[in-house]
Amino acid sequence: MSGVFFIALRRLRTPLVVMICIVMLATVGLTLIPGIDGEGRAVFMTPFQAFYFVSYTATTIGFGEIPFAFTDRQRLWVTVIIYLSVIGWAFLIGSLLALVQDKGFRRAIVAARFQRAVRALREPFYIVCGIGETGLMIVRSLDRRGGRFVILDQDEQRIEEMELEELVADPPALAADARSPETLIAAGLLKPECRGVLALCNDDQVNLAVALTVRLLRPGLRAICRSHSPDVTAAMETVGTYEVINPFREFGERLVLAMKAPDTYRLMSWLTGPPGADLSPRIPAPPGHWVVCGYGRFGAEVTAAIKAGGFDVAIVDPDMEGAEGLPGVRGLGTDNEVLRRADIATAAGIVAGTDVDTANLTIAIAARQIRPDLFVIARQNLISNRSLFEAFGADMTMVQSQIIADECLAVLRTPLLADFLRIARGQDDAWAGHIVERLRRHLGEQSPEFWGITVSREQAPGLVDFMTRFGAPVRLSDIRREIVDRTCDSGKVALLVRRGAELIVLPEDDFELQLGDSVLFAGSFEAERDLFYLMQNANVAEYVVTGHDVLGGAVWRWLRGPPAAAAN
Amino acid sequence: MNLEKVVFGFFILLAATLNFGFVYGDIGNPEHHHFWELFAAIVVNLIATVLKFGDRTHVGAVHLASSLVALLQLIAAALVWFFAAQSIAGQVSAYTMASIVSLSAGALLANIVSVIIMVVETTMQRR
Repeated sequence: MSGVFFIALRRLRTPLVVMICIVMLATVGLTLIPGIDGEGRAVFMTPFQAFYFVSYTATTIGFGEIPFAFTDRQRLWVTVIIYLSVIGWAFLIGSLLALVQDKGFRRAIVAARFQRAVRALREPFYIVCGIGETGLMIVRSLDRRGGRFVILDQDEQRIEEMELEELVADPPALAADARSPETLIAAGLLKPECRGVLALCNDDQVNLAVALTVRLLRPGLRAICRSHSPDVTAAMETVGTYEVINPFREFGERLVLAMKAPDTYRLMSWLTGPPGADLSPRIPAPPGHWVVCGYGRFGAEVTAAIKAGGFDVAIVDPDMEGAEGLPGVRGLGTDNEVLRRADIATAAGIVAGTDVDTANLTIAIAARQIRPDLFVIARQNLISNRSLFEAFGADMTMVQSQIIADECLAVLRTPLLADFLRIARGQDDAWAGHIVERLRRHLGEQSPEFWGITVSREQAPGLVDFMTRFGAPVRLSDIRREIVDRTCDSGKVALLVRRGAELIVLPEDDFELQLGDSVLFAGSFEAERDLFYLMQNANVAEYVVTGHDVLGGAVWRWLRGPPAAAAN
Repeated sequence: MNLEKVVFGFFILLAATLNFGFVYGDIGNPEHHHFWELFAAIVVNLIATVLKFGDRTHVGAVHLASSLVALLQLIAAALVWFFAAQSIAGQVSAYTMASIVSLSAGALLANIVSVIIMVVETTMQRR
């Protein structure tokens, strides 16, 4: 804010000096001109009286001629004073208005307000660079979960639109270039409360610059970056970015997973998808010969993924750039003739993957006309075209911003989930099928919430307090009970435990919890809330584990001695 | 030659010289200290203060601070004069005059600091 103050002072220097000169000249003149008192004697105004008169005349308050009515000589000088002071005020007010309308000054005010808001942030927060479709999706979701964030975007209009968003907490937002380190520092990069940086700009180079800044200025801070090209992805990995999300590669990998290991694919889509969605049935993305229309960044990644999966691909592209050596047909793919030449008659599926939504829909419709049973994957570029793609009903729809948002949120929700995803990718289909069955048995037909807890004094004071007084170990099966009626199972499954550097996948029910353990749970929202109460309140923890319904604070608990063992 | 620098130096020096002129003389003798000289000193100090607005450097900050101190002391002196003139029908006693002059002498010190800073700044200039 002091910057704004200094700019204002500097701009107002000349009008202020002019104003001082006018007022002082008027005061001196008035004291030098003699007046007449009630009895006809000549009197001079004291400097104070003159200054008082000038002050109320110059500000157009006008109390009249005091202490005595003026002579004509005095009135002549007062006339001069009036016109001079009007000029002075007009100059001063004009300069002030010009200053307020000045673009640079306004930007300084906005920047100062932004910095103050960032400085006032006392909760953990994330810096989001780029608030397009993807950024908005992530911000909305984080906001619902009580997260705080600071927003940067180069586009002023997008920042203005942020004000219309209905969010729980108003995020500080600034229209600035995230490539410059100063901007990131202003956004709170060096604050200890900063938990991570999300680089989600459309421009890969900006994202790379952000990754680099984070690596050099805050090594170890989580940077999650979006990238569209293999070169930038590699560069980001070299820099040591925490998570690089290449939506095209991601989709390609998912596609191969869907062909070769449908259960793993299903598990992954629950883990990364929004909670509450129906548990989708196995998608039988058929292995075999595939036709890929449009060989751009997306087409190349999908083709590479399918080929890596051991299947065979034909490409349809108007100029076949970069697709040398691959079997293909020149053309858009929107007419039957081209599709036929690409062996659509024997194909297992088709990918409509150009960067124009209307072309993708036309390709998909043309392909369905030839082969109604064909597996169709359509790429949707714009969120606003959702209704068209829904009406068409492709077997799989690839929405770039959705994929990035899902990946990002999965990583942000809990770092344990990222670990679990990595493990799941390495396992075979039967293993995933086993987990899917287990989740379905415990949690029903809707995809669950995933959340992580840490058994520490900060996050679980009640539970830790109880554990230190209770002689016997607390097991996973204990804290899975409902807090209202402990004989009921609250419907949550522990997927992963991290103890130090060790990861324990699918811990058994009699797993003994220790101080410092982190546990990844899957379950309903109610179960998450139950567990939260249990972690906060020692009495709830005691009831759930031992069955003794106790009340009282720390003193009473100390008097009563250590808790008794479980009743059953 | 830079006209802005001329104006700046002019006002800072003038503020100090006027202040000195007012203080110079027997401390308690009202005949040695003219009112309009104090008035002029206040006006020129005001202008000098405004001229120092908006400089964000460290030297600029000290400049502004010294001017503000001088202004504060001079205004205090003017107020003392004002109240003295109120009570004893325009006549200023030797005792009051001494306090007015000592207050302005304080302002003179601040003005001298201002001049010193300006001189130091000038000699540090490489061009």
